[in-house]
Amino acid sequence: MHYATNQYEGMIAETTLVPGHNGELIGAYVARPMGPGPFPAIIVIHHMPGWDEWYREVTRKFAHHGYIAVSPNLYHRAGHGIPEDVAAMVRAAGGVPDDQVVGDVAGMLAFVQALPHCTGKVAVFGTCSGARHAFLAAAQTPGFAAVIDCWGGRVTMEPHELTVNQPVAPVDYTAGLECPVLGIFGAEDSSPTPAQVAVLEQALKQHGKTYDFHMYAEAGHGFFYYDRPAYRQTQTMDGWKKIWAFLDQYVRV
Amino acid sequence: MCTMIATQITIAGTGKAGNGWFVLREANVSYDHPFEAPYDHALNIDFVNESLGPGARVAVELDVASARKLVETITAVLAKADQAGVLGE
Repeated sequence: MHYATNQYEGMIAETTLVPGHNGELIGAYVARPMGPGPFPAIIVIHHMPGWDEWYREVTRKFAHHGYIAVSPNLYHRAGHGIPEDVAAMVRAAGGVPDDQVVGDVAGMLAFVQALPHCTGKVAVFGTCSGARHAFLAAAQTPGFAAVIDCWGGRVTMEPHELTVNQPVAPVDYTAGLECPVLGIFGAEDSSPTPAQVAVLEQALKQHGKTYDFHMYAEAGHGFFYYDRPAYRQTQTMDGWKKIWAFLDQYVRV
Repeated sequence: MCTMIATQITIAGTGKAGNGWFVLREANVSYDHPFEAPYDHALNIDFVNESLGPGARVAVELDVASARKLVETITAVLAKADQAGVLGE
């Protein structure tokens, strides 16, 4: 993002409640630039460790770059406490049901598109399980302008991996995807492995979808997370450049 | 949830967390991303009481070798106690 040092900038960021699946109110952290806009938007789907500080920061980062960013708490129904305690409870329950996630994300899309200061162009972003959820939601919900899949695990799934909560592999919904996909992956990741990423890429190719995949060398799972040993500075900075360029091309227009 | 390898069992006992001792009702054993340990994946055990909410949790995150050693040690200690005739079921 290019901006001048004498340029005005302001941001509003706060938690609120937004109707999700079946109209149920769930927590959402909404960050947006101040001003009348209109601004493009992005739904920011948290990872397995929950609705945590990294996701608060990334939500504000998108707002700093000119997007209305909405991060829903997909674990809202599990109760409240510190994010990792809530996430541990969800992990024990086998994760949140895919249908519920799709409903929650669709609720966020409807919420943000109805805002008078939104252009109506909305992307969906996620990392880890959040990337899986982002792909799943984008493939089943018309109206997204772009999806960003950062190392989404279990987008491809073997039959024995299917569960009551995750009954269909997201890759099987590829035909329904109506927007381009940006993929950011690490070559040393074990979930997804490069072979699993290749299966997803093949499905996108087979269905004639627009996609842009980047496989980073010497990077494993979650290499953007500066608070984890997996952090890789060079690859992370390049990955963010890819994200901004992709959003400029498909969402900011 | 990137592996989804998780199993819950019911247990009886007590655990100590930040607010002191509480009654344990469940143990959740998973092999998935840890929250704190510096590994991609870890053997995670959460000793919890779900009826008390998410905060009633004693958590450990172990590397694989440590997890295996723990299992062997628990089994060995229980066997010794059994041989000594002090094992109360």
